[in-house]
Amino acid sequence: MSLPDLPFRPYAPGSQPDNDTPAYRSTRLRHPLRPLLRIPQTVTERTGPVFAPARFPAISSLAVNNGKEALGERIIVAGHVRDEDGRKLPGTMLEIWQANAAGRYNHARDQHDAPLDPDFSGAGRVFTDAEGGYRFVTVKPGAYPWGNHANAWRPNHIHISLFGPGHATRLITQMYFPGDPLLALDPIFLATAEAEARNRLVAVFDLAITQPNVALGYRFDIVLRGRQATPMED
Amino acid sequence: MPPATASQTIGPYWHLLEDAAWADLTRFGAAGEIITLSGRVIDGEGQMLTDACVEIWQAEPAAGETFGGFGRAATDEDGCFRFTTIKPGPLPGPGNSRQAPHIALTILARGLLFHLATRVYFSGEPGNEEDPVLRMIAPERRQTLLARPAGAGRWHIDIFLQGAHETVFLAI
Repeated sequence: MSLPDLPFRPYAPGSQPDNDTPAYRSTRLRHPLRPLLRIPQTVTERTGPVFAPARFPAISSLAVNNGKEALGERIIVAGHVRDEDGRKLPGTMLEIWQANAAGRYNHARDQHDAPLDPDFSGAGRVFTDAEGGYRFVTVKPGAYPWGNHANAWRPNHIHISLFGPGHATRLITQMYFPGDPLLALDPIFLATAEAEARNRLVAVFDLAITQPNVALGYRFDIVLRGRQATPMED
Repeated sequence: MPPATASQTIGPYWHLLEDAAWADLTRFGAAGEIITLSGRVIDGEGQMLTDACVEIWQAEPAAGETFGGFGRAATDEDGCFRFTTIKPGPLPGPGNSRQAPHIALTILARGLLFHLATRVYFSGEPGNEEDPVLRMIAPERRQTLLARPAGAGRWHIDIFLQGAHETVFLAI
């Protein structure tokens, strides 16, 4: 039985945020009110898109644009992508986007009164290597205010998007930074019930990733759903 | 290993990733019956989402050199998204069942902490009656997954996140 014949395991209880999260106000009119319909995983769910690096070129340094250095604290983010069974996932595409060091996105709808950086676009793309490892260089994103509640600020974060081996492993997440006092106040971070699950969204400072005289290093390991041990009956 | 990493919202600024070319799944030269799939995403007060990311994935025709099976589009200021793709054929389902032609559709947006998965079927397709997923849905809600014809080779579907016409969303 080859891997694509095996369905992915259900998500562990409490490991994922609930779309019905009133403290995050934008959820109110957008989360379905009826329960999701659980369907058997077919070839549509067990397999997924493949992104050939030749067609989707890597952008592994967000800190340099057109040969010019972006402003801010340069950092290295590295880690591994594995599944819940510890299988390494080589060739997995990660898409990355973030605010600049001042807390401003290079986006027309971001009206925060903080400076744009002409040398920082804030978007990147990397693929995992044969060991499932990835690495990119960027600048530490700034915190920024948002309109969710009085004096609301998003903690420093980097958005990461992955597809993984099947349509059912799609993941959009956010990587946070250790020691950020805003985490305890952020309804998006807090929306995941299990403290252990949300704390895994916080990167770990890692001297082994830190490059002397160049940049601090943070480790952020990502886990995608594992496969069930038994195939479905088709 | 710990359980799968927690999902977080794609937020309002995901367009930094956007490449409008990705909405055309035929851009690498795929051959077949080319169709457009358009739609709107509508919230619980009837407002169009103008900041949503819509993704489609189809396992048929099988992905290869000229067809990747995946597309991404933003909803525009009118709340509309539009894809160009190859009309899928049927696929095997659980047991001896046969799945009617369908496209998996995912909604990611500000206000969604976990993306919403659904499927798009084609209204009037003979295999719909036997489709193992459609058969799990009460007849009065099945139509929320059916794209309607909107001219030659054109299909349209509206996605309702809440309310009387709420789309059937799937746990996959």
